[in-house]
Amino acid sequence: MLRSGVIAKKLGMTRLFLEDGRQVPVTVLQLDNLQVVAQRTTERDGYTAVQLGAGVAKAKRTTAAMRGHFAKANVAPKRKIAEFRVSPENLIEVGAEISAEHYAAGQFVDIAGTSIGKGFQGAMKRHNFGGLRASHGVSVSHRSHGSIGQCQDPGKVFKGKKMAGHMGAVRVTTQNIQVVRTDADRGLIMVKGSVPGNKGGWVTIKDAVKKPLPKDLPLPAALKVAASVEAQSTEGGEA
Amino acid sequence: MNLIAQLEAEQIAALGKDIPDFKAGDTIRVGYKVTEGTRSRVQNYEGVCIARKGGSTLAASFTVRKISFGEGVERVFPLYSTNIASIEVLRRGHVRRAKLYYLRDRRGKSARIAEVTNYKPKAEA
Repeated sequence: MLRSGVIAKKLGMTRLFLEDGRQVPVTVLQLDNLQVVAQRTTERDGYTAVQLGAGVAKAKRTTAAMRGHFAKANVAPKRKIAEFRVSPENLIEVGAEISAEHYAAGQFVDIAGTSIGKGFQGAMKRHNFGGLRASHGVSVSHRSHGSIGQCQDPGKVFKGKKMAGHMGAVRVTTQNIQVVRTDADRGLIMVKGSVPGNKGGWVTIKDAVKKPLPKDLPLPAALKVAASVEAQSTEGGEA
Repeated sequence: MNLIAQLEAEQIAALGKDIPDFKAGDTIRVGYKVTEGTRSRVQNYEGVCIARKGGSTLAASFTVRKISFGEGVERVFPLYSTNIASIEVLRRGHVRRAKLYYLRDRRGKSARIAEVTNYKPKAEA
């Protein structure tokens, strides 16, 4: 029953005022030309997955190898590509465009993205250490981490010791984020609360692994079929 | 206009709130919906608006200060909250600041605000 996820762009945060007086902080995520670029099948690759592409990349700045890959799928070059494992019956045909109705309001999702980079940070900010005392003879090192080990035995600093260093800019998954609203026309998904990463950053959304799936979810995916056909016909009419 | 600003503008329009023209220094009465158990009623909160924040965005809020049983009380209301049933301007004050935080240190006579006598409503755009 593994269903494809989606690639989305984080637009930013806002709030929703609900009729019952509640305010809900939401992150707005956009599906930007999200299409299936390739399929992975058991016969050829040993597993089943769909490769999705999102965004618009300039053909000029896409490598020839990737141009060929996109040409094979007959889709425009994509900015961001990601693979999602799916069960064999949930494979989506190449070139299909996924719509925001892929997710239902109220369901829970897991969202993964690259967190905001914080640079080189001390132990207090990076690992929530307490620091040293403000007085009682402490000089200069109020925000230091203090002791990092024992004595001649073991005579070394254990690997993985939490110390100052580079913080942020790593892949982070936030689990069990609730979908509040979807807007298929503009390809928007609004989820409650925050999502890892900067505005304009790419995130991947998957059905939550720790919550039961809602029953009436579109399988294998909610596709923009009618919309794309209409768009093509209007384009044809204008030409 | 970016999409977030557009969404907020749409939501402001959809909420369809009729917000009177008021600013810091005005005495206002806010009807706030309170839910007790199952039944809800409107509770009035009356005082001086000492600050407006957030301009015309969806996140806009205003602060109302009153003296309740000899103790200063301040409440911050989100301007577009669906819990706000009504906002009524009782008195227009003449002040020279946008934020009247100095009122927190004043009591009695020195905390008074002169009334605007020549108030003209803004022309409807």
